[in-house]
Amino acid sequence: MPDRPMIQIAGVSKAYGSFKALDDATLTIREGEFFSLLGPSGCGKTTLLRMIAGFDTPTEGTIAIDGQPMDGIPANRRPTNMVFQSYAIFPHLNVDQNVAYGLKRLKLGAAEERRRVDEALAQVSLSGLGKRGATELSGGQRQRVALARALVMRPKVLLLDEPLSALDKKLREQMQVELRRLQQAVGITFVLVTHDQYEALGMSDRIAVMFGGRIAQVAAPSQIYQRPVNRQVADFLGGMNFIRANVVETNGTAITVETAGFGRVKTEKPSGFNDETRETTLGIRPERLRVLWDDAKAKHEIAGTIVDRHYFGEITHFIVDVPGFEKTLSVSESNNFGADDLPVGAPVRLGYDPDALVALAD
Amino acid sequence: MTAAAERSGAASAHRIRRGTLLRSEQAQGIALISPTFLYALILLVAPVLVVIAHSFWTQDFLTIDRTFTLEQYRIALTEPIYRDLLARSLYISLTVSILTVFLAYPIAYYISFHGGAHKSLWLFVITIPFWTSYLLRVMSWKVILGYNGVLNSGLMGLGIIDEPSTSFLYNTNAVIITLTHAWAAFAVLPIFVSLEKVDRTLLEAAKDLGDGPIRSFLRVTLPLTLPGVISALLIVMIPTVGDYVTPKLVGGKDGVMIATAIETQFKRGANWPLGAALSVITMTVVTVMAASIVFVIRQAGRRVR
Amino acid sequence: MSRILSRWLTVYAFLYIVFLYLPVIFLPIFSVNTSAVPQFPLAGFTSKWYVELPKTPALLDAAWNSLIVGLCAAVLSTILGICAARAVTRYRFRGRTVASGLIMAPLVLPEIILAVSLLIVILSLGLQLSLFTVILGHVLICIPYSVTVLNAGFEGFDRSLEEASADLGETAFGTFRRVTLPMVAPAIISSLLVSFTISLDEFIIAFFLAGTEVTLPVYIWGQLRFAARLPGVLALGTLLLVGSFILLSFAEIMRRRAQRRIQMGGAIA
Repeated sequence: MPDRPMIQIAGVSKAYGSFKALDDATLTIREGEFFSLLGPSGCGKTTLLRMIAGFDTPTEGTIAIDGQPMDGIPANRRPTNMVFQSYAIFPHLNVDQNVAYGLKRLKLGAAEERRRVDEALAQVSLSGLGKRGATELSGGQRQRVALARALVMRPKVLLLDEPLSALDKKLREQMQVELRRLQQAVGITFVLVTHDQYEALGMSDRIAVMFGGRIAQVAAPSQIYQRPVNRQVADFLGGMNFIRANVVETNGTAITVETAGFGRVKTEKPSGFNDETRETTLGIRPERLRVLWDDAKAKHEIAGTIVDRHYFGEITHFIVDVPGFEKTLSVSESNNFGADDLPVGAPVRLGYDPDALVALAD
Repeated sequence: MTAAAERSGAASAHRIRRGTLLRSEQAQGIALISPTFLYALILLVAPVLVVIAHSFWTQDFLTIDRTFTLEQYRIALTEPIYRDLLARSLYISLTVSILTVFLAYPIAYYISFHGGAHKSLWLFVITIPFWTSYLLRVMSWKVILGYNGVLNSGLMGLGIIDEPSTSFLYNTNAVIITLTHAWAAFAVLPIFVSLEKVDRTLLEAAKDLGDGPIRSFLRVTLPLTLPGVISALLIVMIPTVGDYVTPKLVGGKDGVMIATAIETQFKRGANWPLGAALSVITMTVVTVMAASIVFVIRQAGRRVR
Repeated sequence: MSRILSRWLTVYAFLYIVFLYLPVIFLPIFSVNTSAVPQFPLAGFTSKWYVELPKTPALLDAAWNSLIVGLCAAVLSTILGICAARAVTRYRFRGRTVASGLIMAPLVLPEIILAVSLLIVILSLGLQLSLFTVILGHVLICIPYSVTVLNAGFEGFDRSLEEASADLGETAFGTFRRVTLPMVAPAIISSLLVSFTISLDEFIIAFFLAGTEVTLPVYIWGQLRFAARLPGVLALGTLLLVGSFILLSFAEIMRRRAQRRIQMGGAIA
């Protein structure tokens, strides 16, 4: 059944004294989905994950998993399993014993237990390392053991608490691909907590971006990246140029704003936009502005002067001063076409697609 | 019932459950520590309160007269013998604590800065004698310093002295030497811990800014390890003031300390109130002395910078 | 300059070790000396002082008493220490500092004060002085050491290990049995050994609270009055030293093992 809800979070809050770690979160995570909770540290994402797992209890609201309300159900009786940030590999047990830890209680019999442990180890490419002691594993191997130990329980939901943050960059990128492949192979709902936007964008079906205990936006990665609802979300998911804009008119789901340079732009109205507001922000990603060479033309273009440039290998970042803008624009241009030759002080024309302009709530 | 009402009902039920959980974190902690806490309360606090109470009563042959009086304190503070014993106990504990810290600092420094991979082995080697019987260690000093002891027989064998000297044993110095030896490890540990906490880059910074090894030690290391020095001083000073074994075994007449007087009042003299008053006075005076030393060191520490 | 300093420091360190161990070394040396008077030059080698030890009934009684007191004190102080260390390292609660401060207080009080205050209370309540009263006192002074050893064992214990166990379906009791206990077992053994050794060597409290049933140190104290019995005391003392040394070495090994486990469990990479 497609789009069947797996986790239903309804009005969940978590308060520690007067501090609200999570404030009125409502969210539905679908069956078989790779879902990410993305945000800076302290945004409440780990709190939410721990409440799904049953380690923390909501102050208000309810969480249901596969239709079953989880109120009062402790972590050991929930159909969820977790990969901990520290991996929490039992140091006094070897790899096999770690993976079989939860199976012991199910009393499957030695043969079936063996079979499931081997299957889980094969899933994470650790076959043959079963007798290795927990203290003799590398960081990447510990992570795989933690994964196998959780997957072997065949949970309805696998929870991952920053599982890649302890790995170095190369290994992290490799594991992103593997995690995604694994999730598609087993078809289990994955809920990932991360503060790394590339991790979330690259692996997830959908992302919830969180700030200060609140969920700011829930959408697919491309939607989140291209049409962020506010400046905070836009900023967290990579660089964006922000331009002050006057609101000309609002009409249902559309909004028309006016700025110097870009002129009048009609675009989608951000959710929760207050129609009384007269001023807002228009945003455009640096890579959606492109340098127009020589006499190349674009349907929409603005002109300015290069005031600074930063070379990054595959791309060059230009800082462009546009008359009428309070701040300079950032432009990122591929070096395929010799953009690295443009000197500081040169006049430049920038082409853009009006669809790339987003109106943002502040 | 509307959906909203239902939800708020559920929410308030949650609030109640969460409340009990919060209390239960507090309650679990308290419940878990309470056996140990109650044990210390019943066997430490209560008895000490009883001692303090006794110090305000009087001994009436075999019974205790429970009328409030300061008579015991008057006796304890005016009788020359008690004043002398108290003064000597304070002098000895002060000297011993300063000596142990003085001797312990370089060794703690050595282990922390030059101990390399063997830090914990060094610490183990240094603490081992401390764990072994205190009584036996004091006894071995008696064997060393005695009239027929190791030191005398050794010195005579070397021809340095002609007849055994009686000046080694049974005096205040013998007590000081023995106690300094006995408490050595106790002083090394806190100093070592505070030295370990010193960020090594601070010393490099001091060097970079032109300080030599001695100046950077005086201006950076020493001030940063003062807390360790202070706790080492206290942890030696307070227990040694009431030491009983050492003065008994190696102190002789000149080395008697206040603990002997306290013991006499509780055992043979059977004057509990006087013994109690002596105990209370000893504790109070040593606390005041310790507090003032902490104050002086902190002031001095501020000056160095 | 700094190299000269560090060379002198090394020399000092070795002199310090000599200072610490030299007095203690004389006990075994004179315990195998033929002469009853401990002085140089040594008269000759003998093991007679050791052979005589088991022939002294009072000594055997004292040794038996010490064993009972030591075992009881070690077990009780370790149990109470586990409660306190677990509470302090696991839970945040009001009154934590005060409670642990009080529990550690016997460490910095003159033992004579502890001894006489317990003596007053026990006698005022009309109780008999016995091994039981010694145990009460020993537990009190052993608890701070137990708590210190156990705190080190429990601290840095990655809480997510217990959460991982619960997450994998294990109950609270099962988690304690399968994860917590194996992880902290070395610390518990270390605490048992350390408190047993402290009780075995403790004199003042036993001296005040023992009544007619004496422990080994109190027995030794009684023997010290008789110069002729000194070699026997030296032999007994040597045995006690060796025993303590073995127990403590074992405790140290356990403590290190506990630390390694905790570090590996808590390590992120």
